[in-house]
Amino acid sequence: MSIPLLDIKALTVEFGTRRGVVDAVRQVSVTVAKGETVGIVGESGSGKSVTSYAVMRILDRAGRIAGGSIVFGGINVGKADERTMRDLRGREMSMIFQNPRAALNPIRSVGRQIEDVLIEHSLATRADAREKAIDVLKAVRINDPESRYHAYPFELSGGMCQRVVIAIALACRPQLLIADEPTTGLDVTTQKAVMDLIRELTAERNMSTLLITHDLGLAAAYCDRIVVMEKGRVVEEADTATLFANPRHPYTRRLLQATPRLDSKVADLLPEEDSRRRTPSTRPPGETLLQVQDLVKVFPGKDKGDEYRAVDGLSFEVRSGESLGLVGESGCGKSTTSSMIMRLLDPTSGHILFNGEDIGAVPGKRFAGHSARASLQMVFQDPTDSLNPRWSARRSISDPLMRLASVGGSALRAKVEAVAEMVGLPDHLLDRFPHQLSGGQKARVGIARAIALEPKLLILDEPTAALDVSVQAVVLNLLVELRERLGMSYLFISHDLNVVRLLCERVLVMKAGRIVEQGSAEHLLDRPEHPYTRELLAAIPHPPSSPPRVSSESEDSVIAARWP
Amino acid sequence: MVRVPKRLRLVGYRLLQAIPVLIGIVVVSFLLTRALPGDPAVYFAGPAASEESIEQIRVSMGLDRSLPVQFLAYVGDLLRGELGQSISTGQPVLTELTTRLPASLELTGFALLFSIAVAMPLGILAATRPNSWIDHLCRFVVTAGVSLPTFFTGLALVYLFYFLLGWSPAPMGRLDILYLSPPHVTGFYVIDALIDGDFETARAALAQLILPAVTLGLFTLAPIARMTRAAMLQVLEGDFIRTARAAGLSGNKVLYTYALRNAILPVITTLGMVFSFALGANVLVEKVFAWPGIGSYAVEALVVSDYAAVQGFVLSMALLFVILNLLIDVTYTLVDPRLGMED
Repeated sequence: MSIPLLDIKALTVEFGTRRGVVDAVRQVSVTVAKGETVGIVGESGSGKSVTSYAVMRILDRAGRIAGGSIVFGGINVGKADERTMRDLRGREMSMIFQNPRAALNPIRSVGRQIEDVLIEHSLATRADAREKAIDVLKAVRINDPESRYHAYPFELSGGMCQRVVIAIALACRPQLLIADEPTTGLDVTTQKAVMDLIRELTAERNMSTLLITHDLGLAAAYCDRIVVMEKGRVVEEADTATLFANPRHPYTRRLLQATPRLDSKVADLLPEEDSRRRTPSTRPPGETLLQVQDLVKVFPGKDKGDEYRAVDGLSFEVRSGESLGLVGESGCGKSTTSSMIMRLLDPTSGHILFNGEDIGAVPGKRFAGHSARASLQMVFQDPTDSLNPRWSARRSISDPLMRLASVGGSALRAKVEAVAEMVGLPDHLLDRFPHQLSGGQKARVGIARAIALEPKLLILDEPTAALDVSVQAVVLNLLVELRERLGMSYLFISHDLNVVRLLCERVLVMKAGRIVEQGSAEHLLDRPEHPYTRELLAAIPHPPSSPPRVSSESEDSVIAARWP
Repeated sequence: MVRVPKRLRLVGYRLLQAIPVLIGIVVVSFLLTRALPGDPAVYFAGPAASEESIEQIRVSMGLDRSLPVQFLAYVGDLLRGELGQSISTGQPVLTELTTRLPASLELTGFALLFSIAVAMPLGILAATRPNSWIDHLCRFVVTAGVSLPTFFTGLALVYLFYFLLGWSPAPMGRLDILYLSPPHVTGFYVIDALIDGDFETARAALAQLILPAVTLGLFTLAPIARMTRAAMLQVLEGDFIRTARAAGLSGNKVLYTYALRNAILPVITTLGMVFSFALGANVLVEKVFAWPGIGSYAVEALVVSDYAAVQGFVLSMALLFVILNLLIDVTYTLVDPRLGMED
């Protein structure tokens, strides 16, 4: 092999914190050849982002390259002066980030932001910058680039913003693109569009790409070679087919197993010897618990003509002991639906029958005192933001018990501890505050709070979207266990069909406020009828099917990556 | 191009919103002055006046009539542009205000210019170099600025620069008696003298202005520096700053075009608050430097229940605040494109 474009050797990055110096990245070596796409995969805290920031030399003030070397195109990045670095950044190597809307200057038009980069690197003058910026917008397939030039980030969708970020990164035709979780938080179809665009543009220009992601499926679909990182170290490196066929390191295997595949069951996400593995029972569901009839929610617009029908004539039912999945992309009305069932929003018309009673007729403001309130609970998407930062875990779990069941004193204490035990939250964590808990622990607090009153129906609004896959695997199994133990029904809301089907027997696919397709999870996956369902399915990047067994080297695991 | 009429409409809407505020101010300022303790007729008649003469004066001032009638008369006068006569100085209130208000505005304006010139760079430098010596200096200046009372800093400055060093002229009003006040254009002596082409007078007026302006400016510096630092720190943490750095933009471009423009919004709000606050808090500085401003005028009028003067003062201040808030709102909508959306 010739000299690689990017050569990271034994890189160590330290961060000065209040508790002393912490190594975020230890002895990491990665190379990227010209035209190659390399994925760095790992969970939060693995040091994958820090590695990429070190390459760009845009570490925080507290961060420092403590050892090793980074050589990019013959230049030693660790030793280069700031001027050289500024010429390199944007011009020779550039970066795109997660959360594209925040990654753009909110009060500068996107065209001007592209111009800034072109002018900075002397690729345009004030006279022709505008024209060139519009060309760049065209290159990232933005429709009507002339008028989008004037748009501000808040006027564009998330996917559109990411295209603009890509436009800024690629404006000067760099040799290396670092993509740091470029599609986290975007819908699956948008994710596919953005990733396909990146692949196409980088291939066209013979660029190298370093894709940083937590999603093995995404890495499998788009990378030539994958580097797996754990706790600041590289644990495994192999080309994509080999990695999936024959993962060597236990961490890689665990990660692979925790990533849902087309054919995996919820128990498969955890290693075989793990005692937390659960299999959903196949017992037929009981009688109807929740019936939604012709539910409509209209949000008034500025003028009469542009009112917005977020939910448009939705009807479905949930039986007791059943899990129903509600799948759709952002803006399809799934969260509006859950808010109406939770009686946080009043429906415009239609009925919500819970245990035969029309709770949709009770005004949302008065629902807190309603007898059905305790039987309906919700687990929210963001485990951090949905907990009061000034309340300990114990206080958060106690809250519904005190308010809705008037439990107090030692009974409250005992109940909270029993619930915490049920969700696998050790006693000593109960007196911690949210910022002292990990993501998985916060998710458990959120679940414990929701099940404390032993509700009949639990609404799960993307409960694992913010979690690492290994934590997601544990939480999903926990949810299966809790449903059996407490006899609850679930309404599982998510954009990820692949996660929903692990838990739900029946799935509804929603688009623009309506149900476009419904049926059993298997049926939807195997024989999707509606084109939208097919599009959703095709957009989910999967690692190759048929998981390699953790315990033994599997003979049938040599299966090529599935390229969507 | 679609954006401009939308913003204009927004500005027009804000202007309309000011009308009910103004009506409210007229009512409240009228009622408040009536609620003042003390009887202006008694004061005006003098210590030796008999019951009858006091009564006569009361009638002539219109104070014997019921409140609604008095209010209507007051509104009628206002509509004709009359603010009445001050009973203590005998001058029409309008004349007094038009000479004293510019004096106060000139003082406060220069003070603010001084504090912006010091506080914003200080705040920016402190935010870009947290925990460096400049950050500590910023913290020290901020603390000193708010904790030292203005009359103390004023006197200390006079002692140092007039008494000990003799660099500044006597702290006696807006212009040394050797000079004639410049022809009235804006009411700001420095600017009027410059318009007149009389640089000598302009320099003299400026010399008189510097010490009181710095005194006031030292006090108003603190909130501006603190807000600049906090806003810059927050913006510099933002993801879009990282994008700008990753795109190789120069340090100055990132700092000024990207960070400062975003951080300027809360600073503008603070500026507005500080300005209105400083106009009212002027009194002590005006007293120390014998500055013929509006603050000392109002205090004197208040002490003797000089209705017309107090009403005139409250009204003009309220008007100023309304204009100031309007200006801030308009600046906001010009700086931040997101505001145009909230109709």
